[in-house]
Amino acid sequence: MTTYYTKDHEWIRVDGDTGTVGITAYAAGQLGDVVYVELPETGAKFARGDDFAVVESVKAASDVYAPVSGAVLEVNSALTEAPEKVSEAAESEAWFVRVKLADTSELSELMDEAAYAAFCKGL
Amino acid sequence: MAETSTETLRRTALHPLHVEYGAKLVAFAGYDMPVQFPAGVKEEHLWTRTQAGLFDVSHMGPCFLTLAGGTRRGAEAHEEIAALIETLVPSDIKGLKPGQARLTVLLNDEGGILDDLIITRPYEEDRQGELYIVVNGAMKAQDWGIFETALAGKAVLTRADDGVLFALQGPKAEIVLGAYFPECTGLKFMESRRLVLDGETFVVSRCGYTGEDGFEVLGSAAAGTALVRLLLDDPCVRPIGLGARDSLRLEAGLCLYGHDLAPDISPVEADLAWVIQKRRRETGGFPGAARILRELKDGPARKRVGIQPLERAPAREGTEVYVDGAPVGLVTSGGFGPSVDAPVAMGYVAAAQAAPGTKIDLMVRGKARPAEIAQLPFIPARYKR
Repeated sequence: MTTYYTKDHEWIRVDGDTGTVGITAYAAGQLGDVVYVELPETGAKFARGDDFAVVESVKAASDVYAPVSGAVLEVNSALTEAPEKVSEAAESEAWFVRVKLADTSELSELMDEAAYAAFCKGL
Repeated sequence: MAETSTETLRRTALHPLHVEYGAKLVAFAGYDMPVQFPAGVKEEHLWTRTQAGLFDVSHMGPCFLTLAGGTRRGAEAHEEIAALIETLVPSDIKGLKPGQARLTVLLNDEGGILDDLIITRPYEEDRQGELYIVVNGAMKAQDWGIFETALAGKAVLTRADDGVLFALQGPKAEIVLGAYFPECTGLKFMESRRLVLDGETFVVSRCGYTGEDGFEVLGSAAAGTALVRLLLDDPCVRPIGLGARDSLRLEAGLCLYGHDLAPDISPVEADLAWVIQKRRRETGGFPGAARILRELKDGPARKRVGIQPLERAPAREGTEVYVDGAPVGLVTSGGFGPSVDAPVAMGYVAAAQAAPGTKIDLMVRGKARPAEIAQLPFIPARYKR
């Protein structure tokens, strides 16, 4: 399994042609206390870059963008009841959706862990 | 977050302290201001409700309006300056007791709200003929221009926004500030005194914008900063950013100018009719009196209300309000209330839909979400009456 990152601070952990998607710890830190997460429906299809979820802090609502094109296999409905998990465990327990990738070649456009760390450092 | 260059922004005297305390800074009302500290908005909010939060509000517009002939002793001097300001605001300023403060609104000729402000009559016998006025930071240039134009030759405006204005809010505020100003513990909500600490004079008012008991304190840049440093050393006190200031005031049902109040909204529509005391309702004589007195008599067409979303999704400013599929209003402030532990909002709806308990729908991201009109405030006010 390999984890890839976007410049919009989403991560995707890929296993074959399925992936688990969430927002990065860096993003969660910037948002502050997460109070609400809106997730798509299972089966929903997204193109890379589409907003597919919304995460809200006390201050503001932020869109979450699809790191790759694909269809939603499963959503982490635990976040609906416990959105604060995003602040606590953004890159593990607080995943947003599992997706079936439409085109695995899109992954080559994303950053690996080292590149993402360097990207955040420059912000 | 807006990527505004901080170079053109003004800084308050407390700016270095914000940096020292690890603030995340944003552009607000032309100033580089702390939106939050490392604790985060939610924790800062809850801290203020249980301990004491310290807010830098030096970006606001404190000023003094003084009779052209200067201050003097006696009630007559107060009546003179009050008569001048009453041509611009609908509140009973003449009727203020020495040391009493009052929320009011600056009106345009159509009775719309140009700003909300606090006007205080000095307590001190030798300062009659002067008013201490605090206006919103983003509106101070406009407001001061209005005062100077309307009262030219009759009153002199002295800005006091080059010092430190801070608010200490929360249940521990009295005991913390009382260590420096023992007299402040005797003040009631909306009472103010000039108090001296180590030879430096401060204006200490028992008010604030969080729904909690607390104080607003005006001092010079040096003395104010020194006092704030001392207060922050108290384990009960933490610095609080604009993020929590917003969620605190929203839970307390308090309006934010430019969001809940605007030039096309009258104080009656804004549910601020209580700022217009009996004498002013009887005699009028303020801008837009015809509209405002008519709305007082017949009721306004729309009204500011509290809005309680019934699901977890917050409804932000600009969210449309529907009843039975028909648009009836707009959310003007909305977010999450950490003390209520639920989303909270306020906005304007048609008068017919303004009764608490009325079922409404909020259009959030294209989906209708159930909500109802709620009584304001969302948390009981804890002012010291």
